Amino acid sequence: MNSAPGLTIEGSARFGAVPLFPRLRFEAAPGLWTSLLGPSGVGKTTLLRLIAGLDTGAVFDGLVYASDGSPLAGRIAYMGQGDLLAPWLDVLGNVVLGARLRGEAPDFAKAREIIARVGLARHERERPYALSGGQRQRAALARTLMEDRPVVLLDEPFSSLDARTRTEMQELAGELLAGKTVALITHDPGDAARLSHRAFLMNEGGLSELALPQSAPVRSYDDNEVIAAQAQMLRLLRSGS
Amino acid sequence: MNALMILGRGALIAAIGLLAWQALVWLTGVPAFILPGPVRVGERLWESRSLIAEHAWVTYAQIVMGLALGVLLGIGTALQMILSPLYRSVMRPLVVFSQAIPIFALAPVVTLWLGYGMASKVLFVVLIIYFPIASACYDGLSRTPQGALDLARVMGASRLRTTLRVRAPYAIPSLASGLRLAVAAAPFAAVIGEWVGSSRGLGHMMLLANGRGQTDLMFACLIALAAFTIVLYFAVDALGDALTARFSAPLG
Repeated sequence: MNSAPGLTIEGSARFGAVPLFPRLRFEAAPGLWTSLLGPSGVGKTTLLRLIAGLDTGAVFDGLVYASDGSPLAGRIAYMGQGDLLAPWLDVLGNVVLGARLRGEAPDFAKAREIIARVGLARHERERPYALSGGQRQRAALARTLMEDRPVVLLDEPFSSLDARTRTEMQELAGELLAGKTVALITHDPGDAARLSHRAFLMNEGGLSELALPQSAPVRSYDDNEVIAAQAQMLRLLRSGS
Repeated sequence: MNALMILGRGALIAAIGLLAWQALVWLTGVPAFILPGPVRVGERLWESRSLIAEHAWVTYAQIVMGLALGVLLGIGTALQMILSPLYRSVMRPLVVFSQAIPIFALAPVVTLWLGYGMASKVLFVVLIIYFPIASACYDGLSRTPQGALDLARVMGASRLRTTLRVRAPYAIPSLASGLRLAVAAAPFAAVIGEWVGSSRGLGHMMLLANGRGQTDLMFACLIALAAFTIVLYFAVDALGDALTARFSAPLG
């Protein structure tokens, strides 16, 4: 876990002739959480997909690299907006999907241990439709953990959850992904204020760093400094600067 | 209970159909060699049951073999089309072509090539169902949710494993609707084949019965064919529903 590399993406992106984001530089420090907060449509998701090596439909002029000089491919786990659970597989099957897709023999003992850690031990044989939204997101987190990659990309992973489940998931993810290099895309100041070591606001002009409390994440949702940081982020989001 | 209700409804629909048929015969007073009534056809079906059964098995076997072969071929084609863009560009027009072939026109020649036996009829069934299966299957395989494909990509899945373990399960509901279409079309293809050239099968019997003015026998054969088609359709429909439920979330 200590070997988690930092990652950097620098460049600009456009759709045909229409610019998406100007030349910018986003860095995620090794072993820490870095959040990217911003309104919809500024290219946050495109940025994350570029790091993940996924198709974006945009033309990217720039570079993505890891701080240790090795390629990023194969060292990334990805958790998207939906839970992306396969409806025909039970929780256990979904958690070992990565191994199956690579043609490896799944490590069921490890999978069961991870499922227990996200609190789904009693649901391991259930298919996704039988689970609540929060449980599905836990299963998705277990699948991400099972991949055991040093770099984890999160694209608004808690956006579909209710307030209570969301705060619980923030705590669980913060705890279980500790030590990994995490890039979190979100439009919720709460995610950024509670979870990040560093946070940036992304808008049409580029990136600007956001102020965070001194304490270490995961921060308490009712901490005054966290609430103040959230409010300040919201102000910046609303002012569009 | 549910199955009983379905059976009861089926029996009711059949009874209404038979009554309407009998009423038509009574009202018009047409002679039996033009339109025999259901009672007469039923009697004929019973009298000639062993003869009809002997020929029906041939037709049923052709339909089932043609279906099995056509489904395998259709699924194989769809998988290949997803895996290889080159194959896709070559096969797409050919798959459409298979549907454009007028089987009536081709039947005599194919019968010359493959003989009067079962092979030519199985081929017709395959030709008729290949298109609905291949296109429904291809459609399903190419409509995998983008998120699922992204996940597979980041997980480092090969193209083949992504196709078999992600695309294919998501395509099951589409395949099920292709299967329903195929089952409804297959008997028609087998009978055309028999009509054009054969020494056995329901189509052959119908042709002979027509020629000899045995309209009641012709109708009895029709009923034997229709009954099989209905049973096969509902069996495949139930299979399709079960597969769809197994591979997707209930209630969407």
